[in-house]
Amino acid sequence: MIHAFARHLGILRAVLRRMFASRVGGLLNILVIGIALSLPAGMYVLLKNAQGLVEQLSGTPQISLFLALNAQESDIAELHGRLEANEAIANVEFISRDRALEQLKQSTGLADVIGSLEKNPLPDAFIVSPKQAEPQALDALRDELARLPRVEQAQLDSAWAYKLEALLRFGRLAVLILASLLSLALIAVTFNTIRLQILTQRDEIEVSRLIGATDGFIRRPFLYFGALQGLFGGIAAWLIVSASLLLLNRPLGELSQLYASQFVLQPLSPGDSLSLLLFSLYLGWLGAWLSVARHLSRIIPAN
Amino acid sequence: MISFNQVNKRYPGGYEALKNVSFDIAEGEMVFVSGHSGAGKSTLLKLVAGIERPNSGSVLVNNQNVGALKGAALPYLRRNLGIIFQDHKLLFDRSVFDNVLLPLQICGFDHRENAKRVRAALDKVGLLKREKANPIALSGGEQQRLCIARAIVNRPSILLADEPTGNLDTEYAHEIMDIFRSFHQVGVTLLISTHDESVLQDGAVRRLALKQGELQ
Ligand SMILES: Nc1ncnc2c1ncn2[C@@H]1O[C@H](COP(=O)(O)OP(=O)(O)O)[C@@H](O)[C@H]1O
Ligand SMILES: [Mg+2]
Repeated sequence: MIHAFARHLGILRAVLRRMFASRVGGLLNILVIGIALSLPAGMYVLLKNAQGLVEQLSGTPQISLFLALNAQESDIAELHGRLEANEAIANVEFISRDRALEQLKQSTGLADVIGSLEKNPLPDAFIVSPKQAEPQALDALRDELARLPRVEQAQLDSAWAYKLEALLRFGRLAVLILASLLSLALIAVTFNTIRLQILTQRDEIEVSRLIGATDGFIRRPFLYFGALQGLFGGIAAWLIVSASLLLLNRPLGELSQLYASQFVLQPLSPGDSLSLLLFSLYLGWLGAWLSVARHLSRIIPAN
Repeated sequence: MISFNQVNKRYPGGYEALKNVSFDIAEGEMVFVSGHSGAGKSTLLKLVAGIERPNSGSVLVNNQNVGALKGAALPYLRRNLGIIFQDHKLLFDRSVFDNVLLPLQICGFDHRENAKRVRAALDKVGLLKREKANPIALSGGEQQRLCIARAIVNRPSILLADEPTGNLDTEYAHEIMDIFRSFHQVGVTLLISTHDESVLQDGAVRRLALKQGELQ
């Protein structure tokens, strides 16, 4: 057991030595793979962040009901009663036009401008929190509320979130396509690297066969090479993505302060990081396997 | 130990390299295969190692029918053989030491023992001091001895040597022959090809003389 382990370590060491025999060449290969993988990985992490933002903002969807400017106290009271009686509604909050104006003054710093207005341009409003958050249910409820008397306009606050969600779905598809293409590229790069290696090592392979090496023995270093190169490429991609996020977070922090919110890009989660590394390792191994299967017996016929 | 029974070998071009060859070699025997260039000596040795397969007849090594052996079983046959190739097949991308190490790595022998075994083999052929050198820096005789060290490092019971004294001066040639005789003394079965009759002066050796693929 320990013996077999030591043997595999020995192969790994030999493979590493070969990979970095030309230091620049080895690093360049890894960098190419890393950049190729960092594109879909980076897009993925940005999408995931956008997704988080959407969920955060649309967590409690609300419907704003803006009333006609000539609505009377009695109209409002009757409407309030009907809303509270509605089974689909969890909570109703009334915001009078005076309070709305006050809030506007405070939150925007436009007090001077607003103060100079002759009369309050804002309508009375109800903020309605529905019980259900499914898009269809929300749309139905909004339409229903819009038909109530004295309601001028019913606005689904999270409508933009659904539009963004659709956009994100599109983005995820784009990432998937990009990831597939670049995975193929990674396999192709490894395929070719291993082909060249088999060519340069044909003497060793030939001799090894002649003195009793099994096919497995001859294949193993190439497979290890592919897997290791893939893994290192994955690590490079991880570093590129993580460094880019750190770099982006500083200006983003300043930007989000202007909007009085705290938004930072979350890095790749541990699970996603592990998936990235395992996936790149697997792709490298696969490229090497395909190359060995195709080239080994063609370049050096077994006998 | 090695037994040919009516073996014929025809190469793809149609050339008959061996015709109806039969012989038996017992365990511990030292046998020379002689004949001019093109007589079929290399072909005969390759058949023993399963590098070529006979078109008809049977080749038995350790009671295994080599000609019928599956590809996956061949490596295990070859691990019991030490082979010294006519064209050396040394690897010039690594040291003398690493050349001799290769068969041990292939057999997956215990790591800590390997260095000791390699040095023992190098010692037997008098190359212990050159272990760090690249084989390209060795003289012809030294390269030949390196081939021997690589062939014996995993202590095979059968040693095949294809013209091991081929391009060597007589003095070197006799050195090499002395090494083989020492293996013979410890019970290794040896099959050595040569086109140089002078090394066979020692009349006591058994000889298989080939002429145009036929045993004389
Ligand atoms: N792979 C091959 N394909 C075709 N002919 C071959 C091949 N190997 C050897 N021969 C022919 O078989 C004959 C015997 O070759 P070989 O066994 O190498 O002779 P020797 O080793 O005695 O010089 C030669 O005529 C050679 O040209
Ligand atoms: Mg020959």
